Amino acid sequence: MSEWQPKILAILCNWCSYAGADLAGVSRMQYPPNIRVVRVPCSGRVDPLFIMKSLQSGFDGVLISGCHPGDCHYISGNYVARRKFAVLKPLLEFIGIEPDRVQFSWISAGEGERFATVVTKVTEDIRKLGPSTKLVKKL
Amino acid sequence: MNIVSDLRKAIKELLADKKIDLFIGWEKGSLPLSATPLFITSEDEADRAVFDITCGNNLSIYFTKDRKQFADKKVGIAVKGCDARSVVLNILEKQIDRENVVIVGVPCHGVLDKKKVLAKTDGREVLELTDNGDTVTVIGKGYELSFDRSEILSSSCLACIYPDAQEYDMFVGEPRAEVPNENRLKEIKEFEALSTSERWAHTREEYEKCIRCYACRNVCPSCYCNVCFVDQNDPGWIGNTCEFTDSIIFHVIRNLHVAGRCVECGACARACPMDINLLLLNRKVAWEVKDRFGDIAGLDINGKPAMVDFREDEKQDFIMG
Repeated sequence: MSEWQPKILAILCNWCSYAGADLAGVSRMQYPPNIRVVRVPCSGRVDPLFIMKSLQSGFDGVLISGCHPGDCHYISGNYVARRKFAVLKPLLEFIGIEPDRVQFSWISAGEGERFATVVTKVTEDIRKLGPSTKLVKKL
Repeated sequence: MNIVSDLRKAIKELLADKKIDLFIGWEKGSLPLSATPLFITSEDEADRAVFDITCGNNLSIYFTKDRKQFADKKVGIAVKGCDARSVVLNILEKQIDRENVVIVGVPCHGVLDKKKVLAKTDGREVLELTDNGDTVTVIGKGYELSFDRSEILSSSCLACIYPDAQEYDMFVGEPRAEVPNENRLKEIKEFEALSTSERWAHTREEYEKCIRCYACRNVCPSCYCNVCFVDQNDPGWIGNTCEFTDSIIFHVIRNLHVAGRCVECGACARACPMDINLLLLNRKVAWEVKDRFGDIAGLDINGKPAMVDFREDEKQDFIMG
């Protein structure tokens, strides 16, 4: 058996972060292969249920990324998303989930390099935490 | 006593003047520990109305869960502080028109938690309850017990800062504005001081008890989706089992659905048959909303519920730099 590798779900908005990931790719930047990307129309589309469900299904961490405030393709989607995450994150910490399991960032379409840095940081944070077990459904 | 007679007088006037078609209040229940919701349409029935420590029901739930009954009707409703905030939320969320509701505030000194009373009597049946102000006396077969009011109050009432309605058309007695309460954040701060693993152990212990009866959701004035996410089966987001992760996800997501809308009336905790401390998470979310967005659910009738609003310059300390 090889060494344990974290499995991370990255939920990226179509207009900024997904394009940022694309730029990182075409620019041949190196970043850990631990993320699985889901593309959503806007970070405002991200229901906290998605995050809980992915932790339940066995992901070790979740990264959510959207356009910078003010740059949302739909004008205010990321502001609304920010309010949801602003409540979700402290609540998860409150019930006893490690805060680094769920992380949020803003990445624009031009920030390929930043995308690679963010993914590297998130992967390292989650690697340090080890496999997620708390919310995983065992039947 | 005069509060009850004043309340009855107010109801009689409203019904006699045809200002309302229907009044929703409380009447003496068939069991001594809980009052029953009262629906009256004529002034002769007004003498059935009561208000005391047993009137725990948040009556505003009828506006959303039984809305057909209220279509095109003018409704008067008796409210405690928390109920009034629920009514305001219903108005903000366009569930009922402000013109169609007459809010009658009553001065609230807390409502009892049946489970706490039964713990005091060792589960023996209570036949009679007398509220003497500071103390409460319960009488059952072969025993009579007297205890401090604060010992049996619902935990939501012990940390309440708005005991009286802030938005009302009539008030029976003198309404109080915000009442400072040192218990307001005590429980949250104590819990936050624990380590992550201690907090998780507590969460596990509490929510493993959940039997997914959905009493908390059904009694909640803010939970009124036609199809709740736990009842959806296409896509079936969440398993309908009592397995711990299913339960905790249900509760976390329910808490987020009522974020900025929870008035902390404690109805969920009183309804819970497993005695889960549901209010802890509700309070945390309500505090987080207050702290970050400055909103308290149901206080400002001209405002907007917190989670459908935003400001551009909010603090975003939780987002990676």
